[in-house]
Amino acid sequence: MKLHEYQSKFLFRDFGLPIPQGKVATNPSEAYDIAQELGGVVVVKAQVHVGGRGKAGGVKVAQNAEEAKRHAASILGMDIKGLTVERVLIDPGADIQQEIYLAITNDRGAGKPLIMASMEGGMDIEELNRERPDAIVRERVDPILGLRDYQMTYIASAMGMPRALWTSFGRILSGLYDCYSASDAELAEINPLVITGEGDLLAVDGKVIIDDNALFRQPALTKQRDTSGEPDSERQARDAGITYIKLDGQIGCMVNGAGLAMTTMDMTKLYGDADGIGPANFLDIGGGASPEQVAAALRIILSDDNVKCVLFNIFGGITRCDEVARGILTAYNEVNPDVPMVIRLQGTNAAAGNSIISEARIPHIIGAETLTEAAQRAVAAVKERS
Amino acid sequence: MSILIDKSARVLVQGITGRQGGFHAKLMMEYGTDVAGGVTPGKGGEWFEGKPVFDTMRMAVATTNADVSLVTVPARFAADAIMEAADAGIKLVICLTEHIPVSDMMKALAFCKRRGTRLIGPNCPGLMTPGQAKVGIIPAMVATPGNVGVVSKSGTLTYEVGFAMKNHGIGISTIVGIGGDPVIGTTFVDVLELFENDPETEKVALLGEIGGSAEIVAADYIKNAMTKPVAAFVAGRSAPPGKRMGHAGAIVDGGEGSAEEKILALEAAGARVAANPEEIPGLLA
Repeated sequence: MKLHEYQSKFLFRDFGLPIPQGKVATNPSEAYDIAQELGGVVVVKAQVHVGGRGKAGGVKVAQNAEEAKRHAASILGMDIKGLTVERVLIDPGADIQQEIYLAITNDRGAGKPLIMASMEGGMDIEELNRERPDAIVRERVDPILGLRDYQMTYIASAMGMPRALWTSFGRILSGLYDCYSASDAELAEINPLVITGEGDLLAVDGKVIIDDNALFRQPALTKQRDTSGEPDSERQARDAGITYIKLDGQIGCMVNGAGLAMTTMDMTKLYGDADGIGPANFLDIGGGASPEQVAAALRIILSDDNVKCVLFNIFGGITRCDEVARGILTAYNEVNPDVPMVIRLQGTNAAAGNSIISEARIPHIIGAETLTEAAQRAVAAVKERS
Repeated sequence: MSILIDKSARVLVQGITGRQGGFHAKLMMEYGTDVAGGVTPGKGGEWFEGKPVFDTMRMAVATTNADVSLVTVPARFAADAIMEAADAGIKLVICLTEHIPVSDMMKALAFCKRRGTRLIGPNCPGLMTPGQAKVGIIPAMVATPGNVGVVSKSGTLTYEVGFAMKNHGIGISTIVGIGGDPVIGTTFVDVLELFENDPETEKVALLGEIGGSAEIVAADYIKNAMTKPVAAFVAGRSAPPGKRMGHAGAIVDGGEGSAEEKILALEAAGARVAANPEEIPGLLA
């Protein structure tokens, strides 16, 4: 779960990190009041879950409250990469002498927290990593021991941090590590951490991503979830306990298991790409797949108007194909889809499942033995209807 | 021969009195696995299908001399269960549980390494040596004994490929489901190394997916250290960047972890990569 910049920085503040004294506005007059209260130059920053908002015109400097109000009026409601800006952060302008990058993330390969630090902050870290990988200091932390003082000294020294700032940098790094651990973050990033004209460190921008699997013990953070950028269908699926991701193709896919769900999507593209046909979604109904879940999943798939065919690919291991077949019939009677459905049931109780489907004599149902056959038939069904 | 498990494995099931744990413990026993008992805190002294249930792993290991443990407990308790098994001296722990917080897994994995315990998973279907034993949820019907080693990040995709192999008369030495989480105990390379050194395994099928760089590291190993032929499939060619495809680890991020780069790396290493998993048997024939 991604936090907005303002949520990330307010979280940093709870861990003792220095951040600008800004506030959030949802309309231009609020922006005016905040800018007036802060006094002097302010920055008006769009709060949306996409990168590159600066280039898109979502970050503007204002000399006074009047100008802040005008900028807020133009940024609020703006569309940035498909997301509508609903909030702006009004921060006091900072006197920036140097921009630093500092982040803690999970190193999957090592199975350890990884600290990345560079005196060349401000730019996108992926770009910096491509162009000047040596400019980034990397230090892994033993997850049982936690971050040690000697590691902080190593990082400050290796990155070339001015010695006068080692103590305050150490406090920030240790606060960021505490924040990362206590919040179950996948990423806690300050970019840039700036050295101001007065020689102080200040976290000017922040980004935090929380591990979805840990939200059960992060009630305060869970409340901050902003679902406005998410399609309704994905939200409904999450509420129903189904993993669904909307894509651009025409073949709705219902599959058990994430790896097989991706594979089924790939097969529709493999056989359909030449005709511009591909998957309409990723959907994993999981292991149990009760009739209610199958019905919910079918409704979600069909809520996408692009869907011209639904492909069921179920490999029953623990999941029993006869139960899934009953689920499909329940869902069919409830939802009454007018698109063809290709049904491929394989594995545990497949024969029973297939006879339940064929005995129901539903129009537009197409059977298939193998995954290949199923994908090809779904592609053919879409071609026929377009 | 096989890797990691055979019919001599003595297995404890952590969470044996739970719905999932009990169901799969029974199927494992039907398959011929030597299930020595189980652990559920607070239910010590009870029996499950004629097998003793213990409160703690220490008591269970001391009483049964088990050497393998299967963790089936819910996500919020799973990391602790893994550490309990390692602390009790178990050297092979298989964890099926999905949705374990990464921070918990990093600690559990570091602890396992300290105790010299191998962890398989989490979020994996487990292990099966066809005809001998299975520890986990891989259905009996998807494989027959043979000489191809299978290593995979995904459950049902593995069943799909195993089943296609069986239909083509190709048998399997051992199936290892390593799991689709970002932080896992045993990697592709660990398993490839075991297959390379297993005299009964002649060829290997590797089933990967988008996210992370495990397949790239595996390609390096195949290129530099493997003599046995490898057939591979990588799921997620049609997955867009920035979207997590079900598995916590399956995400193309910052241009890294795409199916294309993994396929290219595996092909460059000499592996035969299928565009369709049902072509795997043909590549192994």
